Amino acid sequence: MGDRVFTNLTRLAGIFVLVLMAAIGAFLVWKAIPAFRDNTGNFFTTQEWFPDASPPFFGIAALAFGTAISSVVAMVIAVPVAIGTALFIGFYASRRIATSLGFIIDVLAAVPSIIYGLWGLQVLMLHMDGITKWLNDYLGFIPLFRNEIGIYTKSIFIASVVLAIMILPTISALSREVFLQVPRSHREASLALGATRWEMIRMAVIPFGRPGVISATMLGLGRALGETIAVALILSAAFEINWHITEPSGNTFAANIALKWNEAGPIGLSALIASGLILFIITLVVNMIARAIIAKHKEFSGANG
Amino acid sequence: MSVTDRDDAEVLEGLSSQLAMKTLPRFAAGYSALIAAALTAVIVALTPAQGIAGSLVILFLLYMVVQTGWSFAVEGRRFAVDRLATTLVTTMFMIALAALVWIITSVVIRGLSSFSVDFLTSTMRNVSPLREGGGLLHALVGTLEQVGMAALIAVPISILVAIYLVEYGRGKLSTWVTFFVDVMTGVPSIVAGLFIYTFWVLTFGFERSGFAASLALTILMIPVIVRSTEEMLKIVPNDLREASYALGVPKWKTILRIVIPTAFGGIVTGIMLSIARVAGETAPLLLTTFLSQSMNGNLMAGPQASIPTFVWDQISSGTPASIDRAWAGALVLILVVVIFYGLARLVAKLTAPASE
Amino acid sequence: MAKRIDIEDLDIYYGDFKAVEGVNLAIEPKSVTAFIGPSGCGKSTVLRSINRLHEVIPGAYTEGKVLLEGDDIYAPDVDPVNIRGLIGMVFQRPNPFPTMSIYDNVVAGLKLDRSKAKGKSLDDVVEKSLRGANLWEEVKDRLAKPGAGLSGGQQQRLCIARAIAVEPQVLLMDEPASALDPISTLAIEDLVHELKRNYTIVIVTHNMQQAARVSDTTAFFNLAGIGQPGKLVESGPTETIFTSPKERATEDYISGRFG
Repeated sequence: MGDRVFTNLTRLAGIFVLVLMAAIGAFLVWKAIPAFRDNTGNFFTTQEWFPDASPPFFGIAALAFGTAISSVVAMVIAVPVAIGTALFIGFYASRRIATSLGFIIDVLAAVPSIIYGLWGLQVLMLHMDGITKWLNDYLGFIPLFRNEIGIYTKSIFIASVVLAIMILPTISALSREVFLQVPRSHREASLALGATRWEMIRMAVIPFGRPGVISATMLGLGRALGETIAVALILSAAFEINWHITEPSGNTFAANIALKWNEAGPIGLSALIASGLILFIITLVVNMIARAIIAKHKEFSGANG
Repeated sequence: MSVTDRDDAEVLEGLSSQLAMKTLPRFAAGYSALIAAALTAVIVALTPAQGIAGSLVILFLLYMVVQTGWSFAVEGRRFAVDRLATTLVTTMFMIALAALVWIITSVVIRGLSSFSVDFLTSTMRNVSPLREGGGLLHALVGTLEQVGMAALIAVPISILVAIYLVEYGRGKLSTWVTFFVDVMTGVPSIVAGLFIYTFWVLTFGFERSGFAASLALTILMIPVIVRSTEEMLKIVPNDLREASYALGVPKWKTILRIVIPTAFGGIVTGIMLSIARVAGETAPLLLTTFLSQSMNGNLMAGPQASIPTFVWDQISSGTPASIDRAWAGALVLILVVVIFYGLARLVAKLTAPASE
Repeated sequence: MAKRIDIEDLDIYYGDFKAVEGVNLAIEPKSVTAFIGPSGCGKSTVLRSINRLHEVIPGAYTEGKVLLEGDDIYAPDVDPVNIRGLIGMVFQRPNPFPTMSIYDNVVAGLKLDRSKAKGKSLDDVVEKSLRGANLWEEVKDRLAKPGAGLSGGQQQRLCIARAIAVEPQVLLMDEPASALDPISTLAIEDLVHELKRNYTIVIVTHNMQQAARVSDTTAFFNLAGIGQPGKLVESGPTETIFTSPKERATEDYISGRFG
């Protein structure tokens, strides 16, 4: 009797998680409908954001662009640093300090995003002129690095650097975990063949850890896509697609919601909810891919202790 | 040149045997750095101003070229690549560490310079953004209430889910629950805020409040606690469960009286970590309770401040006085996170012998 | 190709702990030398000091000499990476690289140091090594399949093929059959017999009969007591060690009174 009640109680809690996830999707869809219905722009291709005008005219093109490019640039910066850090802690640092180093990286992961934002805005931005000018002077032939207005603050590039620092511990901690799982026997097998430390990493560690590192990267990407506050503080919230990432410009799904929320009218709220729905779907897909890779990898590594 | 490149009998001059090979001297890294520094000085002197950062980059690149080239000439390709990899990996780590140190020292230095006891005991009521003074007592109270309430809701649900997954979960349902708990970890915090707003405010017509914020934080806490509790329950030895069944104790009592107490320390650690994580969340609070300059102890009604939104508000005001307050608030926020982190480790330490 | 090894006054330490003390042993080329002894007596540690693999553990170091054909492998200008390229090793549990095909596993060592494959086609090396490991007939049609898909005994022979593909001067085997079934064990033992023609082989084993079956020389290691370093008690022709050992401890161990 007691057993049956308790079993059902726990099962109910499990079902609650599924219902909750479904409800998030359902409520966002439902409350986004007015915006979709009244919009006179194209939701996917319009760059402007005037949902409270009559008639409402808005689209997510600029937001999607800003979200994608800031996350991609952040990944380009963060992934090598994160993997290098994980390798250093796992295979280069002495065992005694490796544990403390791992802890330090964990602390970095626990720093709230508002603090990254404050630091990015008040400290980092003052020191970014040099590198962005250099990029413009020497790599300006690449449109991405060209700066035509000579102002280097509040740019997507700075936001990307901050995002990179934020997702670095996520990717690094997960990669380190995967590297630690590489069986000692595989590492010794490569060393016994006469591998140097780097060859051991390439032969035994990287192939074994690759799926884990890929999924860690995807999880980091998911975090970068959904990050709100740090990006909202740094970007200058323009509704345009601007490939010159060192110019003040840019906006993302999440940042736009935070910035526009308290000044939005009914359709404005609905439009923000619609953009949040898109963000939710994107992060859901990214996370599902990451989890699917991990799940597949688990079966694979289980067969070979 | 590595040993195996040579013919069997050949012993190179100055080496102890044919097994030996020429290697770089012990302080090769230092010598390489010196050479690179000298070259950098020449380059900086001959070309237009590079600035400190530019010079450092040149120095680093030259260092890699010098060391790798030297090693390549003396030790051969494989050892040169190995040294290069070591340099790169170490550099990557240094970059990560430098970022952390830079951020933490910024917060500590700028935070301390505008911190005072008054800051902890006063609110922002009737303090103009232009003036110094004021404090975050109202925000501290708000954060503690919101996070406390979120934990109150999230903990029982999460533990039940974890028990289901570890003790009962078989078949499709548990696979789905496991999968979605994982996916839920990745739900952006702003989406959690959006959902609670559409659900609690738009659909059910409640006003924005600290409680609505708690609900949003609950969504962020659940997957974290489920995961950590799951791990803890899994390491409870099966012998304990079987011993209890053998005594005729029903399964549910076994779980509540044997399994949960055994894993208690680990579960509490996980809860503390999840609290540390959500205590710094800003985005969902902006949507669900917004800002307040005054004390509001009532979780259920009216806007309520919190430390993260306090910092956000002060940054947005943008005056020198308010930026100072933002840094002091950031310091307090980091302290709150560190305290919960420390508590988590303390609990883990205290309960470690019991679980072994 | 096969070379002799002389171990002279070898002490092995892990930090402050002295794991092995005073080992003197001559290992003849083209013969099989078995290390036997109870658990924890340091026989695996001595084996791993012959290719300097014990150094992987932080704090490990040695005193004394290990001479490969007269040259000290612990000389200050000798890099362990080079030593390990000359001395192959087979481990207790089969450990083919799980993400590599059978083919890639065999050539893994060659790909590190391409000079070893000078003038030889990789295909030929793979066939020769797999034939040498008595595995060719079983896998020749699925060389591109993952090595992890083979049976335990096949995996271990794949590891042997991987070790001999670089044509090492010495082959070290750390209880190579202890994780295998009796039939696979026999296959490995037969293989050791064949490999003896070309290689110097050192094999650690817990299994007395195995030492008697495969080895020419046997070295018996023992602990003086708990917390004490392991020592080489005696060594000699396997026949002699098994029938008329000089030391009482050896006789006790071999006749099964302890260990």
